Amino acid sequence: MRTYLVQVCALLAKDLQIEFRTRDTLTAILIFALLVLVTFNFALDIRPEIADAVGPGILWIAVVFTGPVGIGRTFSEERDRGTLELLVSSPVDRSAIFLSKVASSMAIMVAAQGLLVPAFVGLFNVQLEPGAIVPVLLLGDLGLAAVTTLLSAMAAHTRAREVLLPVLIFPIIVPLLIAVVQATSLVLGSELARDRPWLGLLVAFDAIYLSLGVAVFEYVVEE
Amino acid sequence: MSGEPTPALVGASLSRRFGTRTALRSTDLRLARGDRIALLGPNGAGKTTLLRILALALSPTTGTLRVAGIDVKREAPRARRLVGFISHKTGLYDDLTARENLQFYGRLYGVEALEQSIDRTLSEVALPPTSARVPVRTLSRGMQQRAGLARAILHEPAVLLMDEPETGLDPQAQEWLVGLVNRWAAADRTVVVATHRLDWAQRFADRALVLENGSLKADLPVGASPHPLLAEAYRSAVEAAW
Repeated sequence: MRTYLVQVCALLAKDLQIEFRTRDTLTAILIFALLVLVTFNFALDIRPEIADAVGPGILWIAVVFTGPVGIGRTFSEERDRGTLELLVSSPVDRSAIFLSKVASSMAIMVAAQGLLVPAFVGLFNVQLEPGAIVPVLLLGDLGLAAVTTLLSAMAAHTRAREVLLPVLIFPIIVPLLIAVVQATSLVLGSELARDRPWLGLLVAFDAIYLSLGVAVFEYVVEE
Repeated sequence: MSGEPTPALVGASLSRRFGTRTALRSTDLRLARGDRIALLGPNGAGKTTLLRILALALSPTTGTLRVAGIDVKREAPRARRLVGFISHKTGLYDDLTARENLQFYGRLYGVEALEQSIDRTLSEVALPPTSARVPVRTLSRGMQQRAGLARAILHEPAVLLMDEPETGLDPQAQEWLVGLVNRWAAADRTVVVATHRLDWAQRFADRALVLENGSLKADLPVGASPHPLLAEAYRSAVEAAW
């Protein structure tokens, strides 16, 4: 178990070290997500009384659409530089590769949301309780990172992976998207989302895709 | 119990298909410790596929493989620790320094006394300390190749597999590579080098495997005076590919 954790940490540290040095993914996610927020802000006349109802959808569209753009490239980059083959042939449990990629994707998304959420609050003039929104963001990010990581590993060996990845991701994350938008609405005080176990659904979605990834990743990265 | 040492690698009926294309056909091989093997064949003969299978980077469609007596299907992590592999690409992260790359791979392989091992390996591949402290992408092709070799031998594998390592190297660097292969094999380790170049293979190999269209066509000694059939087998394999 100790060896497993050491390997997960080594893989995670490597990804974060590269991202810290290049900031490629973080920059792509931030620019794309901010563009979406700004576009919606100008395109729609969102009055304060409806911002609580419309805002969560806009925020999560901005987050979800950055998945394939940013974190979805994680395995195609490893494959292109020839390191995926070496990771697969190293004495590392392949589920450790999956978990480390989920963790590094989450870390990048959380860092991006550190700027994105304040921008959302400012642009749409909504009130967010940090203690309430943070668990929703983390659960949403975890589910999105787990699905994107698993599918980007599957798509890494295909020719049209840039096209294939969004096509695969979006139908699968529909339950996640509904739950996370409703949970965010709840945080913003919407009455419509009340009396539904949205956080429970998020936890269940995350648990299912994390377990699935750990269980099948060995076969997913096989050529 | 026989006193015969356990072979470094034993493959039986190894084959690999990619969709409808067969890249490797039922191949048997047995490599002893200290063997210096040249894997010869034209493009598309199956050299890289065979090397990737031996490196445990690719599962064979059929067949079994044992590394130092360990069945790779049953104890894959143990077997993987015994193999070092350098493919066409160096397998290094361009934005990290050579030392950072080695630290990363060293942790994955559980290398003990990691910093000392890195120093020793960098010295083995003659990569100057200053070159090991800059991002890999800033190094010359030759230096990157040395750093990639350092990555492959850091965990002191019993079997070292190299896929056309001489490509892009100047004659001096190719000569240095011959020295490294010979030093490595002298320590009772097995080295397998895939190459197109029979003349270069004669500089280090004591045995040559010739692949043609996914099948092993010849297994002949090389040495200072090559087996008379070797050049003929290689020429025939190249002609068959064309």
